[in-house]
Amino acid sequence: MPNSTLKRRVKFWTGNETIAEAALVAGCRFFAGYPITPSSEIAHVLSQRLPMVGGKFLQMEDEIAAMGAIIGASLTGDKVMTATSGPGFSLKQENIGFAAMIEAPCVVVNVMRGGPSTGLPTALGQSDIMQARWGTHGDRPVIALVPAYLDEVYTETIRAFNLAEKYRTPVFILIDEVIGHLSERVDLPFDDEIEIINRTRPSVPPEDFKPFDTTWGDVPPMADYFSGYRFHMTGLNHDSGGFPTTDPALCQSENERLMRKVDANLYDIIRFEQTSIDDVEILVIAFGSSARAAAVAIADARSKGIKAGMFRPLTLWPFPEKEVRELAGRVKGIIVPEANLGQLFYEIDRLVAGKCPIKRINKVGGVPIYPGEILAQIEVF
Amino acid sequence: MTGHFEARFAAVGGQGILLAGDILAEAAINFENLYALDSPTYTAQVRGGPTKVDVIIDKSRILFPRTTAIDFMLCLAQRSWDKFGYDLKPGCILLIDPFLVQQVDEVNNKVYRMPIIEITKNEMKKMVYTSAVALGAMIGLTEALNVDSVLKALMKKAPKGTEEQNQKAFSVGYDAAKVLLKS
Repeated sequence: MPNSTLKRRVKFWTGNETIAEAALVAGCRFFAGYPITPSSEIAHVLSQRLPMVGGKFLQMEDEIAAMGAIIGASLTGDKVMTATSGPGFSLKQENIGFAAMIEAPCVVVNVMRGGPSTGLPTALGQSDIMQARWGTHGDRPVIALVPAYLDEVYTETIRAFNLAEKYRTPVFILIDEVIGHLSERVDLPFDDEIEIINRTRPSVPPEDFKPFDTTWGDVPPMADYFSGYRFHMTGLNHDSGGFPTTDPALCQSENERLMRKVDANLYDIIRFEQTSIDDVEILVIAFGSSARAAAVAIADARSKGIKAGMFRPLTLWPFPEKEVRELAGRVKGIIVPEANLGQLFYEIDRLVAGKCPIKRINKVGGVPIYPGEILAQIEVF
Repeated sequence: MTGHFEARFAAVGGQGILLAGDILAEAAINFENLYALDSPTYTAQVRGGPTKVDVIIDKSRILFPRTTAIDFMLCLAQRSWDKFGYDLKPGCILLIDPFLVQQVDEVNNKVYRMPIIEITKNEMKKMVYTSAVALGAMIGLTEALNVDSVLKALMKKAPKGTEEQNQKAFSVGYDAAKVLLKS
């Protein structure tokens, strides 16, 4: 039981500080990055804090190198993270694919700003969500978390590390500039409420070790470089020994295994929040700062007697498809507010498949969507 | 404080006003056990660009992190008013520096004029105390939080060795506000 009689520790942090502090609790001991607004405070904080806990901070020459550095550090056994924004996320894509292919656990934070290109460096966007899903080539598993409140930014950052370690794959934390830069009260969890997961290490001696040995399941145990276990890593399709192969059957089964690590564990990975959903007629589906606007709009609509409710994914990828399909069958309409020109909309539209009308609210001027704008759409549905 | 309070501090980058928002929110959270947040807006030109920080204080968890009905606004530059003079609640307490801000909406707001920059220059000799003076003036006009709570938060944020001067700056602003209220 949680210590309900004890008071929670309360912090006053920015979203970016919250990610940095939570990463340390999760066990992050290596960060490499290149400064970019609006994510730079994550690097600032960790440049001071990591050395205090025996970790390493590296400011790299560019975004690509920063991604490469955390992959290398991950192979030595460290929990690792980098942080960036849209332009840097674009540059990192090739190495993100490499990390997925060699199954290197890592956490990549994208504090989303307006785009495309350098766009609006100091203002919000939510327009990198499809890039997170499809940004690097090939079929690979994608996990992306989208917390909206800073309490949740804290717990979801820890969860991002846990998922990366558990499934040996890159995990994205996508927050928008509003969440990254706002300072807010953060009620910290008690220690016994925090679960920390570490990657499984090999139980076999070095001479019997293979880096992609699936004897124990779809996630192979991972040895640390420089610990006596010698192994090869390549972005090419590879066999269980880590060496290149073009064997069609093996390439097929290994790529399927990569995808299965996530697809077979949706129950573990997907999280969402439902508000006022029991008798819902008008459903809002939103994440991040848009969801915080929607929360107010829904409360206001309810006070006017309108049966509005919200479905808010905390895990954006893999998307909670089953839940949204089910809801689509019993509501009058769905509203999708987002700070982009309709990216989440594509996903919702695909899942709803004509079962109910969908309205979009899309803003890309750098100003968040306000509760009144969502309420106005709820009222006229 | 009633259940919900919103404040906006608007200036140009470099005047140090974003810090005032941080201190106010921290005072509410740490010393009055309320919920609070602050949300800054600035441009890529950090110095000289219009900048603001919005603070929301509430008795319960705050959902939307931007202001929608502002109770108090401080404005230290005309173009900050031009850019950020929206979302004010009717009857909003609007504090302006008359040397820097000439034209505001005087019909829907209660406008108070205080030469904050001049006061800081004359009383404190250093412009870094602008935010502490402004914060004192804001609390003097609104009593949104207890003076003690704000002072404690200010002491926590103040660099070592400047505590006394910051406290003095706060009092200068606070007292000037009380004079304004009487006049």
